[in-house]
Amino acid sequence: MSVTTATIPASPRVTLRLVLWGAVLVLALIPLLNQLPESSALHVGDFIVTITGKWITYAILALAIDLAWGYTGILSLGHGAFFALGGYAMGMHLMRLIGPRGAYGHPTLPDFMVFLGYPELPWYWLGFDMFPYACFMALFVPGLLALVIGYLAFRSRITGVYLSILTQALTYALMLAFFRNDMGFGGNNGFTDFKELLGMALNTPLARAVLFYASLVALIGSYWVCTRISVSKLGRVLLAIRDAESRVRFLGYSTTQVKLFVFVISAVLAGLAGALYVPQVGIINPGEFSPGNSIEAVIWVAVGGRGTLVGAVVGAFSVNALKTWLTTAAPDLWLFALGGLFVAVTLFLPRGLVGLFSRKVEK
Amino acid sequence: MTNFTLTRRGVIAGLGAALATPGIPSAFAQGAPIKVGVLHSLSGTMAISETALRDTVLMMVEDQNRKGGLLGRRLQAVVVDPASNWPLFAEKARELLQVAKVDVTFGCWTSVSRKSVLPVFEELKGLLFYPVQYEGEEQSPNIFYTGAAPNQQAIPALDYLLGPDGGSAKRIALLGTDYVYPRTTNRILRNYLVSKGFAAADIMEEYTPFGHSDWQGIVSSVKRFASAGKKTAIVSTINGDANVPFYRELGNQGIKAEDIPSVAFSVGEEELAGIDARPLVGHLAAWNYFMSVKSQVNDQFIAMWRAYIKNPRRVTNDPMEATYTGFKMWAQAVTASGTTNVADVTKAVIGQKVAAPSGYIEEMGANHHLSKPVMIGEIQANGQFNIVYKTPGAVPAENWSPYIPENANRRR
Amino acid sequence: MKRPILGLLLAMLLLVSPARAQDAFTTALPGLAGSFGQIAEAVEKLGASADPRALPLLQALQEGRLLKREDGTLLLQTDAGVTEVVGGRPTEVGDAEAVRVNNRVRGALRGALGSLQILSTNPEERLKAAEDVFRSRSAQNIAPLEAALARETIPAIRTQLELSLAASRLASPDNAVRLQGINALAEVTDQNARALLLETKAQVPDLARQIDGAVAKIEGRLRVRQMVETFFQGLSLGSVLLLAALGLAVTFGVMGVINMAHGEMVMLGAYATYMVQEALSGTALAPFALPLAIPAAFLLAAAVGAVLERGLIRYLYGRPLETLLMTFGVGMILQQAVRLIFGAQNREVVSPAWMQGTLTLGGLSLTANRVWIIVFGLLVLGLVVAAIRYTRFGLEMRAVVQNRRIAATMGIRTGRVDALTFAFGSGIAGMAGVALSQIDNVSPNLGTGYIIDSFMVVVFGGVGSLAGTLVGALTLGVLNKVMEPYAGAVLAKVVVLVGIMLFIQRRPRGMFALKGRAAEA
Repeated sequence: MSVTTATIPASPRVTLRLVLWGAVLVLALIPLLNQLPESSALHVGDFIVTITGKWITYAILALAIDLAWGYTGILSLGHGAFFALGGYAMGMHLMRLIGPRGAYGHPTLPDFMVFLGYPELPWYWLGFDMFPYACFMALFVPGLLALVIGYLAFRSRITGVYLSILTQALTYALMLAFFRNDMGFGGNNGFTDFKELLGMALNTPLARAVLFYASLVALIGSYWVCTRISVSKLGRVLLAIRDAESRVRFLGYSTTQVKLFVFVISAVLAGLAGALYVPQVGIINPGEFSPGNSIEAVIWVAVGGRGTLVGAVVGAFSVNALKTWLTTAAPDLWLFALGGLFVAVTLFLPRGLVGLFSRKVEK
Repeated sequence: MTNFTLTRRGVIAGLGAALATPGIPSAFAQGAPIKVGVLHSLSGTMAISETALRDTVLMMVEDQNRKGGLLGRRLQAVVVDPASNWPLFAEKARELLQVAKVDVTFGCWTSVSRKSVLPVFEELKGLLFYPVQYEGEEQSPNIFYTGAAPNQQAIPALDYLLGPDGGSAKRIALLGTDYVYPRTTNRILRNYLVSKGFAAADIMEEYTPFGHSDWQGIVSSVKRFASAGKKTAIVSTINGDANVPFYRELGNQGIKAEDIPSVAFSVGEEELAGIDARPLVGHLAAWNYFMSVKSQVNDQFIAMWRAYIKNPRRVTNDPMEATYTGFKMWAQAVTASGTTNVADVTKAVIGQKVAAPSGYIEEMGANHHLSKPVMIGEIQANGQFNIVYKTPGAVPAENWSPYIPENANRRR
Repeated sequence: MKRPILGLLLAMLLLVSPARAQDAFTTALPGLAGSFGQIAEAVEKLGASADPRALPLLQALQEGRLLKREDGTLLLQTDAGVTEVVGGRPTEVGDAEAVRVNNRVRGALRGALGSLQILSTNPEERLKAAEDVFRSRSAQNIAPLEAALARETIPAIRTQLELSLAASRLASPDNAVRLQGINALAEVTDQNARALLLETKAQVPDLARQIDGAVAKIEGRLRVRQMVETFFQGLSLGSVLLLAALGLAVTFGVMGVINMAHGEMVMLGAYATYMVQEALSGTALAPFALPLAIPAAFLLAAAVGAVLERGLIRYLYGRPLETLLMTFGVGMILQQAVRLIFGAQNREVVSPAWMQGTLTLGGLSLTANRVWIIVFGLLVLGLVVAAIRYTRFGLEMRAVVQNRRIAATMGIRTGRVDALTFAFGSGIAGMAGVALSQIDNVSPNLGTGYIIDSFMVVVFGGVGSLAGTLVGALTLGVLNKVMEPYAGAVLAKVVVLVGIMLFIQRRPRGMFALKGRAAEA
């Protein structure tokens, strides 16, 4: 690739790509190593498999945010909402699949509807018993919401911090709405106690491995999509919009349409991440809409290095690994460490961890 | 490989403890320590309630170690912070069971956190003691519920309000935070009231979001509801944080307990310690334990807690007592079965009896729920409760309420 | 020395009392040692006995000075010592415990004390007694009330007595007397009057028509009052929003800094209130803890703000999005620090007496703390406006905002102005914390609940416009409260949020948009 993007020069790109494929290989080995007997030195525990699977979905979310923020300058503080909507769509499917195995043995109604006295399934739950429909909705609903919000916002030229505040309010409003039990989405408890997906019992190593590889494939796919967009002519328009939107507009580009396109793609990717996340963690509830979650996801990107796709992935993995480790190792103090990290990165590493790395390569 | 490191680390830790505290039996350093997981939020919105439970478990572990541990092995607490984040609860539960390999876990407060970890405990055959009153409608083979089921708290409280001592209420306002515990409890209470001949117009139901702080409108509408010429009472399933502003508004709008008494299921000594209780005198709470209970076990419990937390004014509350009782039951079951193996301990926990701080002998039923006395207390100006009603004995739990008609076709 | 005399006096009283009253009094006494139901009955009998010895006894019961031994002997505790109620013999407390009261007993006590004190020489006691009689009305009270009314000269007490008389008349067995009561109550704008009438309707179906008419009259007036009250509640919510948002209007509106730790500044202010209260408790200044907490909260939050600005934020000027992320981290740290220092539990901040209860303004009863918070919000707004308009600092601040370079060439130390502005905004947030400590939990999470609402207020009102912040906050508050009865609290909030989002699409710069090139930044 002779075209250089604004952020990373060509030579480190090759090294980066090697590191990247190496990392993918290591990740791909995890479920296999899990199958080794526990006595083996290379054995990887079940916990590592589930948690890495979860981080992969976080990495997809980080990619989605990076595409909008790092490349186009749209800082959405509401991407958690798209993620959660995707998750809810998949959660609804998983709830439908429980079928008569719920505590009350009702053939169609999920348990929470039974004990809250719902007479029948609400109309918007219809069709979610079909896997393809649920998958479609997991991508379509976030995309549609992004289209509406994006259209309204970009048309009125709401940019920068205003857009951030607006999207934050969006996810906050959705959180409050989903907390309501009258919405028919299980209120604060959301959905849990899933049984199976595509005929596989979810609590088996097989299901975990399948979901793990599905997430990994989705991550590679998302990465590919984002790369395609970023190296295309469109990608350069995006960077130009990020750096000087008015000038791009004066040059005759319809920045509204370009931004809308990216925003919708980004939301769809976030929805995909959410749909893969839910069967692996086993719960989806309105807490996923909380504004803090969305900000945290943005911070993964900042920590890893925005404007580089690798950075987003690295950030998602490293921050979450740190969080998992610290919440056990220092349960009283981890917020200091994490908060301190956010402060330090924004102050001293504006290009994130990857910036540190690529600078070394340049030398 | 990993097993070896764990054992070695355990031995070293055990040795360290043996050296640090003289007078501990020599058998103590033998065998790996028994690991006790503590899964309570230490940050985020639930930290307010849950940190005290973390401290209670740590206190019990320390106490047990002072008595020589269990089965000649030392106990070691593994504390994690699920940060009031429900998916993180599931992740941390998995970590406790698979990485730390704990023998038992004490944890969770909210129903959703319990629902989030339930599949994990069932899949990995763990053992969880859950110490908070909840809506029922659940029974996992891997969980022991040491808090109250609705028939051990909500229904007796309502009975009290309907009785002459509670003011013979004829209209009931059910106020709650919008989540599954209030929704289910209120559904049970509504069906119960209807079975007592209440008309639908005499029941008001209102829900608010978590942490709701502006109660002006709702308290005014309760006042309007109460002006229909019938004695009115409030049943509050309002969640912890929102209670302070709610009670302030009640006090400020001049609602006295003699006129419109309110009974709460989530307001205890800890919550009252954070507010000026004077305007609330006479409002009620229903629990299975109050700090003001007069019993020898309770005196010891309070003294132990205050010594542990190094604060002579700290209060105790119902979930702490449930944690205490649950821990005692588990320790007795481990001693009885001679192992920490979950399947054996689970069998042994059922039927265990503990003289609880409530002053009653509480017994674990086959339905994994504890029999508990029900007490109603009136708030006093000092933030303590004046116990105005007690059941004569411990009441067995009905975790599947007969007032939810669907329970008739239940599978389990 | 005093005890025997007191005992003697009581004994004499027992001797000289008329035989009938003595019966009622003494027969009622043992009930006080029984169950709550028996106590309540005994209290009612004592109230009806009109015996002069009943009053001190009932007051003692109310104040927890009536003790009971295991064997049921009742003891009366006074400043002079402890005596046995029957016989008046002086004695020791020993193992005796206070007779406990519950709501039922409290209700009975209120009625009994009311009827016993209706002719008290103390006007305050009379007023309270008249109110109490209203709540626990009975036909027996009609005659005493009429007598009291004939003697009463103070208008406020007369009004209350008339009300209580009307209420008591409803309990009369005679329909003509009842009708008098109904007609009198129809002129009252009060929910309690409505409740009484409806209660009577259930008991006396013959008067249903008259009662319905009276209730309709009351309800018509109540509806108007309810509208006014809803509006007041909206204003009160709005003033809370205003307080929370004002600091943000300065840091975000003037400086363009998005401070996600703003909520934590509010929280620090609330904790400052707690600290001042604890520091002053037991001293002569204790009653003034709340007013004194205002400057303390301002200074604490301002100091933290200044450190934050000089230490961190100034390196990120021109990069608002990074500031946003960094201050989010700062907020996490501040929250956990407070949690570790003060504990995760709520802290008790006592409301002074003048902030409790209700104020009656022209027939409207408004909660005192809400009124004060509205007043406080407007005062703080005035302070901010004055500081910006009329002080040297305000002038420099405006100069720096308009054109940093030229301001610098004029000799203004722009760095110092930045630090002061940020400290000022943070200090205002701290003052908001003082107000919030009166209505919300003082806990480490206090600020989290207000941050998004504050941003919405500032953006909705128009960034950089204090008038916009005022109008924005009050509009949102009133909208929320007007919608709440129809949509419920949660949905009302969601609807308002969606409404703001749509409004911002129409007017991206808010209601009070700054005009000119500056707004295009």
